[in-house]
This record gives sequence, C-alpha cells and structure tokens, in this order.
Amino acid sequence: MRFMFKTDYEDDIKLFPHGGYIVTYGVLLAFLVVAPFILSSYLVSQLVFVFIYATVGVGLMILTGFTGQASLGHAAFLAIGAYTAAYLQQYNVPFPVYFLAAGLLTGVVGAMVGFPALRLQGIYLVIATISFAFIIEEILARWESVTHGNEGMRVKALQFLGTAVSRDSPSFYFLCLAVLTLTIVGTLNLLRSPTGRAFVAIRDSETAARSMGVNVSLYKVKSFAISAAITGFAGVLFAHKLSFISPEMFTLQLSIEFIIVILIGGAFSPHGAVLGAIFIVMIDPFLTYLKDDVPGMIAAVAATFGAGAATAAKIQANVAAFASANGLKGAIYGIIIVLFVLFEPLGLYGRWLKIKLFFQLFPLYKRATFKRQKIYVKSERNR
Amino acid sequence: MSYFRAENLSLHFGGLKAVDAVSFAVEKGEILSIIGPNGAGKSSIFNLVSRIYNPTSGRIFFEDQDITEEPAFGIAKLGIARTFQNIELFENATLLSNLLVGRHRHSTTQLWQELLFLPSVKANEKIHRRRVEQVIEFLDLEPYRDKLISGLPYGVRKVIELARALCTEPKLILLDEPSSGLNVEETDDMSFWIRDLKTELGITVLMVEHDMTLVNRVSDRVIALNYGKVLAMGSPAEVQRHPDVVAAYLGA
Repeated sequence: MRFMFKTDYEDDIKLFPHGGYIVTYGVLLAFLVVAPFILSSYLVSQLVFVFIYATVGVGLMILTGFTGQASLGHAAFLAIGAYTAAYLQQYNVPFPVYFLAAGLLTGVVGAMVGFPALRLQGIYLVIATISFAFIIEEILARWESVTHGNEGMRVKALQFLGTAVSRDSPSFYFLCLAVLTLTIVGTLNLLRSPTGRAFVAIRDSETAARSMGVNVSLYKVKSFAISAAITGFAGVLFAHKLSFISPEMFTLQLSIEFIIVILIGGAFSPHGAVLGAIFIVMIDPFLTYLKDDVPGMIAAVAATFGAGAATAAKIQANVAAFASANGLKGAIYGIIIVLFVLFEPLGLYGRWLKIKLFFQLFPLYKRATFKRQKIYVKSERNR
Repeated sequence: MSYFRAENLSLHFGGLKAVDAVSFAVEKGEILSIIGPNGAGKSSIFNLVSRIYNPTSGRIFFEDQDITEEPAFGIAKLGIARTFQNIELFENATLLSNLLVGRHRHSTTQLWQELLFLPSVKANEKIHRRRVEQVIEFLDLEPYRDKLISGLPYGVRKVIELARALCTEPKLILLDEPSSGLNVEETDDMSFWIRDLKTELGITVLMVEHDMTLVNRVSDRVIALNYGKVLAMGSPAEVQRHPDVVAAYLGA
C-alpha cells in the first residue's frame, strides 16, 4: 500500500501525484518513441488511427464527459477540419498555417452550434447536433466549387519545411502523437483550473453553478468551441492519413463511433479516450479475423466431435454466411454499448481503476467500495 | 438606506400569487429569518433574490444598486451567495473541487493561460486553495477533503452547501432551510456557525427556516409570511406572539 503525505497545496495541483506515475508514463512514452521502428507498418498505421481517434475522443470528452452536453455531431467537426486542410492545401498554404486555420474555423463553427444549443437539454441537444451533422454532410456534397461534392478531394502529402512527410512515415506518426499529447496535457491543465471546474459544475447542477457566479451560457459555448477546435485539428491529420476525403466518410456512423470511444473507454478521464480509441480501431481487424478463421475452427471442432465431412462443411458454410451478414458490425457495436452502459458505466478505464485498487488494498478490498450509490435528493425544479 | 431592500416584490404563476407585494429590508450585519407555513412563498423570495425567477413586479436593491435585472451569475459576482434547501452540490466531484467552484467569481485567469497552466494560473490556484482551506477549517470538514460528494451523508452535505457559499466570500448569504434534515446535534452546530458568520466573518444573513429553536437562537429579526404576504415583522418573540402568525400556524 502507498500512503500519500501531502505537505504543500501543490501536491493536489501536480499532474503526476507521485514518482510512480513518472515511471509508468516514461515507459509508455519510450515504447511509443521506438514503436514505429520496431512494429510492423500495419500496426504503426493502426497506432496513428488510435492517436487521431483518441484526440477526437478527448475533444468530445470535454463537451460530453465534463460539461455534460451530449453531441452526435462530431463527425461534422472532423469534416470541417479535414476539408479546410484539403481546400487550403490546393493554394500552397503551408502546413502550420492551415493546421491552425482548420482548428480555428472548426472552433468558431462549434461556438455557433453552441449558441442555439444553450436552450436544449439531453435528448433534444442530441437531435440538434445530429441535424447539424446532416446539414454539414449535405453542404459538403452540394458545394461543389469548394468541396468537389461526392467526387471527394485528394489530399496531397504533408509538406513541412520543404520536405514531403508521407502518411506512413515515422514523422507523421510523431506528429499525431504530439498532437494527442498536447491535447491531453491541455485538457488536464484546463481541468485543474477555473474553466474546467466550471464545466464540471455545469454538468452536475446548472442552478448551483449559476449561483456560484458561473456564466453558464458563456461556458457552454466555450466548451463547444474547445471541443470542436480539437476535433478540427484531428480532422487535418485524418485527411492526411486517408489522403482522400469525401462526404460519405463523415456520416452519423462516425459520430457514433466517437461516442463509443468515450463510452467504452470511460468518459471521465483522457485515459478513457485512449483506451476507447484502441478498442474502436482494433475491433475492425478483429472482426475480420473472426470472419475469416472462426468458421473453419468451428468446423474442425465439429469434426473432432464425430461430425462427418459433409456436416462439417455445412456447418462451416452456415457460420461463414452468418459472419459475413450485412449489419453484423452494427449489431455487435450495439450489443457492446448496451453491455457497457449496464455493467460498466465508467468504461474500460473505470474497470482498470478498480483492478488497480484491488491490488493496492489487497487483501482488504471490499466489494462494496464501488457499489453504485443511490443519489440522495436532486431537485429538478430549477432547471 | 438599507443594505439590502426588496420593494413590492411580486411573483405570480398565472392566478397564483406566490409572492404578493412583499417589501422588506436587511441591515448590514444582521441575521434576518423568514418563517411561514408550507407554500407561504419563502423559497420563492429566495429564488427571486438569487435571480432564478424573474419577479412579476417590484424591485430588489443591494448596496443601493438595482439588481432586479442582473443575471443569476452576476448576483454571485456582487457578493450574494446562497445555499439550497434540497442540496444542489456537484455530486460527481470531490469536496475540494466543489469548494473551488465557489471561488469562481474570484478567478482572473484567461482560457489560453489555463491551457498552458502558466505560473500565474498556478499562483492563483494556490491562493484559491488557501481560502478554501480556511473555510474547511472553519466548518470542520477536514475528514472529507478528497471524498466524492455522492458518497457523503446528508448532514455533511448540508454543511458543504454552506461551505461552498462561504468560498465565494459573500457579503450577504441566503440560507434556505439550513437545518432541514439535520439531527439535533447537527442543528446545534449549524446555529453556532450561523452566529459565527455574523460575529467572526461579518456576513449579513438572510435565512428561511422552519425550526423555531434555531430561529430564536440566531435571528435578530424575523419576518412571518403566509400566502405570499407579510404577516408580521420584528424580534423573534414579537413575531411569535403576533395574533395573525398564531392563526396562520394553528388555524385558529
């Protein structure tokens, strides 16, 4: 067991409460630095997607996890970032300029979405953000002079200081890693300062936040803007990674994937965004693997239990047909979300914290520690 | 001029007159209690003063400034803090972060400074933390400093409500039934603290309360309300003897 002795107010403010954190994050960072040189190019590419999804996840977390404003429109913010980059790149605007411009523009659009959203709560806000995403999708498809409509836009390799940075190069990997790291550090900084606390206050009780002097409308708009800007930055990286963007990439499905990122990972800490991003990026190859290999395995098992060659082949065909059925992926997503909401509302990171505490307190761990408490009284009157 | 003044304050919901032309004044440094049966309009007056409701008519003045049109968050910035009868704490945050939200009106840092967590932000955070620590000490909340609110008992939460309001460093504090749901011992503590607010911290107190023992013990003056109208005003003893008040409570 570890006992924390606090001797200074700074002990509560520090990012790393004790030396153990520096060691673990140091090891993680060291691994990520050597990863592009030791892992296969496929895995490195997947890691880049993890970084991009995690960046969006952290952005969405600021809005949904900390400010309590649900959004199903983040694919649209990602699209605005991606298209801004693609458009400005045509005019040979340097990368740092269009990177910042994309974040800024998306932030402004986010603030503009935030204003009408001030009057909406819960499910109505979700509907409003979905409509916003549809509007953006439609604009991308119709505004052909700028976006080339459904033809999509080709995104050239990133030019930085006169050299081309290929989307598969270690440099691009480190760029994405840097963006994610800066986003996480910025978010943590925000959370330990007045703005972050105001966000959390709005999430838990708007009335109380107001009577503590928090300008609720202003902070909601701020939260929308910050969240959108981060997603816009991620959009630039997304465009470069895919090297081609078209409106049908930024659909409701993508927004739902972002929600899954923070829901599965845990919406209360950037750790959750990273874990959720790993989950969402790795589930596709995992499902493909299942589709390819499981029918054969089941047939082999059936054969060992005495099924004839004809029966085994029939079983294999049936399982294969089931595995490649349309919409299976959607169904699996759905089941996973339902299971997480019911049994692990704090997500993968919440589960990790419980496991960690179990070993820290061993053998004194009590099962009731994390039993969900009934909320005592919560007045809805003054909403 | 009075420190705080409500003039002909009315709040009508359709035909229901929740508050009907109520006028009262609070002098600097006094403890004024509002009593009355259920539905008399006590909490409505609080919600009018803290600007959660808009009055149908009437005006509110604080330190000779008209605050009737002030937004709810502006009230806190002027130095008026409030507690809630049904506890409106930030459930999924620790006691410390709840109290630090109370410091919000004193925060001066800009968003970009906070994103970088510049030394100025850190210095400010330490100042906030020191003030919060003083409130924690004043209200004996040390054992709960790092606990989540959702795991704390009702009596403690009630004290935290008061603590959070104190963290705003208010000049006038509105206490909405500070003793509701507390046991005898906790109510005793609460009455000492309310008196300390006045004598040690020099805060003016406006309080809604049902527990007459607490009212008698702490209040300088009492206002009795019924059906949104003022029945009587004066010292606790005077108000309790007033025939209209007796009638309102006993139905005689």
